[in-house]
Amino acid sequence: MPAIYPFLLSLALFLLPLTSEAGEAADFAAASPARQAQLLEHWAATPDPTRQPLLDALQHGRLAVDGARRAFIERDGRLVAAEGDAPPEGTPKKLRLNNRLRGLLATAQASHRLLAEEPEVRLAAARALQKSARPAQLSLLNASLARESDAAVRDALALALANLQLADPDPKIRLGAVRLLGETGEPLARTRLEALLAPDAERDPTVRTAAETSLAQIKRRLLFGELLGQAFSGLSLGSILLLAALGLAITFGLLGVINMAHGEMLMLGAYATYVVQLLFQRHFPEALALYPLAALPVAFLATATVGMALERTVIRHLYGRPLETLLATWGISLILIQLVRVLFGAQNVEVANPAWLSGGVQVLPNLVLPWNRLVIIAFALFVVALTWLLLNRTRLGLNVRAVTQNRNMAACCGVPTGRVDMLAFGLGSGIAGLGGVALSQIGNVGPDLGQSYIIDSFLVVVLGGVGQLAGSVLAAFGLGVANKILEPQIGAVLGKILILALIILFIQKRPQGLFALKGRVLD
Amino acid sequence: MQRRSLIKAFTLSASIAAMGLSWTIQAAETIKVGILHSLSGTMAISETSLKDMALMTIEEINAKGGVNGKQLEPVVVDPASNWPLFAEKARQLLTQDKVAVVFGCWTSVSRKSVLPVFEELNGLLFYPVQYEGEELSPNVFYTGAAPNQQAIPAVEYLMSEEGGAAKRFFLLGTDYVYPRTTNKILRAFLLSKGVAEKDIEEVYTPFGHSDYQTIVANIKKFAAGGKTAVVSTINGDSNVPFYKELANQGLDATEVPVVAFSVGEEELRGIDTKPLVGHLAAWNYFQSVDNPVNSEFVEKWKAYAKAKGLPNADKAVTNDPMEATYVGIHMWAQAVEKAGTTEVDKVREALAGQTFAAPSGYTLTMDATNHHLHKPVMIGEVQEDGQFSVVWQTEGPIRAQPWSPFIPGNESKPEYAVKSN
Repeated sequence: MPAIYPFLLSLALFLLPLTSEAGEAADFAAASPARQAQLLEHWAATPDPTRQPLLDALQHGRLAVDGARRAFIERDGRLVAAEGDAPPEGTPKKLRLNNRLRGLLATAQASHRLLAEEPEVRLAAARALQKSARPAQLSLLNASLARESDAAVRDALALALANLQLADPDPKIRLGAVRLLGETGEPLARTRLEALLAPDAERDPTVRTAAETSLAQIKRRLLFGELLGQAFSGLSLGSILLLAALGLAITFGLLGVINMAHGEMLMLGAYATYVVQLLFQRHFPEALALYPLAALPVAFLATATVGMALERTVIRHLYGRPLETLLATWGISLILIQLVRVLFGAQNVEVANPAWLSGGVQVLPNLVLPWNRLVIIAFALFVVALTWLLLNRTRLGLNVRAVTQNRNMAACCGVPTGRVDMLAFGLGSGIAGLGGVALSQIGNVGPDLGQSYIIDSFLVVVLGGVGQLAGSVLAAFGLGVANKILEPQIGAVLGKILILALIILFIQKRPQGLFALKGRVLD
Repeated sequence: MQRRSLIKAFTLSASIAAMGLSWTIQAAETIKVGILHSLSGTMAISETSLKDMALMTIEEINAKGGVNGKQLEPVVVDPASNWPLFAEKARQLLTQDKVAVVFGCWTSVSRKSVLPVFEELNGLLFYPVQYEGEELSPNVFYTGAAPNQQAIPAVEYLMSEEGGAAKRFFLLGTDYVYPRTTNKILRAFLLSKGVAEKDIEEVYTPFGHSDYQTIVANIKKFAAGGKTAVVSTINGDSNVPFYKELANQGLDATEVPVVAFSVGEEELRGIDTKPLVGHLAAWNYFQSVDNPVNSEFVEKWKAYAKAKGLPNADKAVTNDPMEATYVGIHMWAQAVEKAGTTEVDKVREALAGQTFAAPSGYTLTMDATNHHLHKPVMIGEVQEDGQFSVVWQTEGPIRAQPWSPFIPGNESKPEYAVKSN
């Protein structure tokens, strides 16, 4: 059976280094890609602490080869010969790895790190080996497990070993391995167990039953992770929709202005982020990572100012004339798009994620939550809370609500309705600007950015019920989750169409949306 | 506005250069050439640099005295990633501006929408991008790759030991004719190589799609079933959110390599490539190719970008479709010299068998019959600096097969150009 091959392979690999006189670095540098792969596999099975600098140099692309195929390691910008001290012949070239070698190198690194002093490093190494351990490493893993003192590392190692033990000739060892694998939620363990359960693969009935139980266990865990993942991406999409629509919930929902230029407020917010990023790059490169935070007030103020200017110059003349407002704001949106094209060019601009918004946190073996999405969900909730406080706990909010409910009565009571209109429109635009900052961190920033969000924003506000913040929040998250549940089943394109059709049906049945203001004030 | 003044400035400088070179040429006697690339919308990320490359090449030809003693005069229009607008602008170029030739289009859907216009008016289009084949119009010359010059070698590489010996394939693309047809060809090819139906997954997203959470999660799930490779035919600016999501969800190239057919140096300019090291792209040229023709080409482009103040000129890069544009314009100019006229029928005849020493390091030949270039195939891995390092390439240029043998019914298609209807 195939179990003998790994053994033969490792035996063959043991014999390899005897054939060469020169050092390992030189060996590697002079080898063909296929032989380099063999060397790495061999190193992975026989870790040696003295090899560590070579592996590090390889991993970070600091190994160079000169004209005579000798190896040099770059240290502090200088090239040092890996073995001996001969000067390089010609200009040494960096040694480039391909994917296969990079994968093998990662495995070799992990088995070398098993020798490290710190338990955390060993733990990370053992976890890496759970995915990538190769049959040739069986004896190494056994030895490491026997030597290991830290309980967590022992567990991780046992699991890495279990993957290899599935091919063990002894049914007892296989049984133990199968049971151990059942405890994990690894997607790979599922594939391995399924392979074991294929007809003719496993003869021993006890191992077979154990494998079936373990497989069912793993499937349950994986399903749990998958559902959580779907819920998370739904929430994430919902938070993006919410940020895009929240400003509109004020300008359209409360003020009743059919604001077609809302998308452009998002776009201006994103461009404000870009400008802040440029300023940071030029003037405070050391604080560059913090630019999205600095962009928040800038984007808010910039878009609020633009919004208030628009309200004073155009929109206030059109109150009560929805059709003209629609056309005028649409015209404004075209003007703003063209303005940005002239100022920044028609191409997308680069808004980079700072390091703290890149990468993700591994929650379950099959679930990674990206930082930028986590931050955006939190940010969306923060903006909702802020808006709610502004509308319900401040004088301005009181005035806004009074004016939207009954303009004449509010004016009679001494509320400066004109000023309140302007401030409310500014607030809505400013919040759209905040949304723009968040959108710049996940998508493209270009003059057309607003166009792709305007429809979704109106959908959210209309579905949520005009005049209601809570409705918009619920509608945004509802749409997000529904979208993400449908997408894997019927695809992104059909999913969107179906959602649209459902919303139209819903609005037919309930024109006022999810939540409606009760009373006589609405006309 | 900016564009118009740019063109003005350009024609002015071109005519001054012309006067300087030879007094006998009158500035008015020029050959008009059309440039039809989206300068706004979702495709602007890819197409804008092609417009600039075309202008540079025309400037270069003009500086050497033009074609048949006449200066070339570029006419730039912006079809704005809007497919019907492509047809409208093409008609405008051919009937109002009376251009001798048009260099343009990126997406196949834009090419399909201008095709009837070129065939009706007997115009001449040079199309510089890799595409799905299944077309051979007498009015189009294809300087990009056909499927057998890009897609099929790339998948063969993924299946090889060196490329990671992939067993399962996730075909991901933008929803239009190029990805759909390419994936149809790839599916037939994979099935012929013994890959099972259940090991091939096909997923499409709309143009400008920006939420790749579900898709990346699905790729991970799919990859648990065996060594997987992703074949991406995503076009335009959707690539930025796609690669960002890949990096953020920690999908490594050593686990699941992504080979892209429409991502080059230019598209990667806007992304931090450190988490993407090892992902692949298949093209017929990379900026990192080491040969004297290419060093000169890259130098010239960088100098041009700086001189014209193009956005991000300090980080200017070249890529495959830019090279194909450069080669196409030069071949057209050579053919016009040979024919002695810009008349489309004569130029078409003269184009057959034209050769040009291209920056890819090979002398490329325009096929005698099938309107395609013979091109070398290269597969490159993304590096930390946003460049590609070539990990595999063919021995030399290979001939294009516009009618892929993996699509049934293609055996009877003629190997020469006929009008599509």
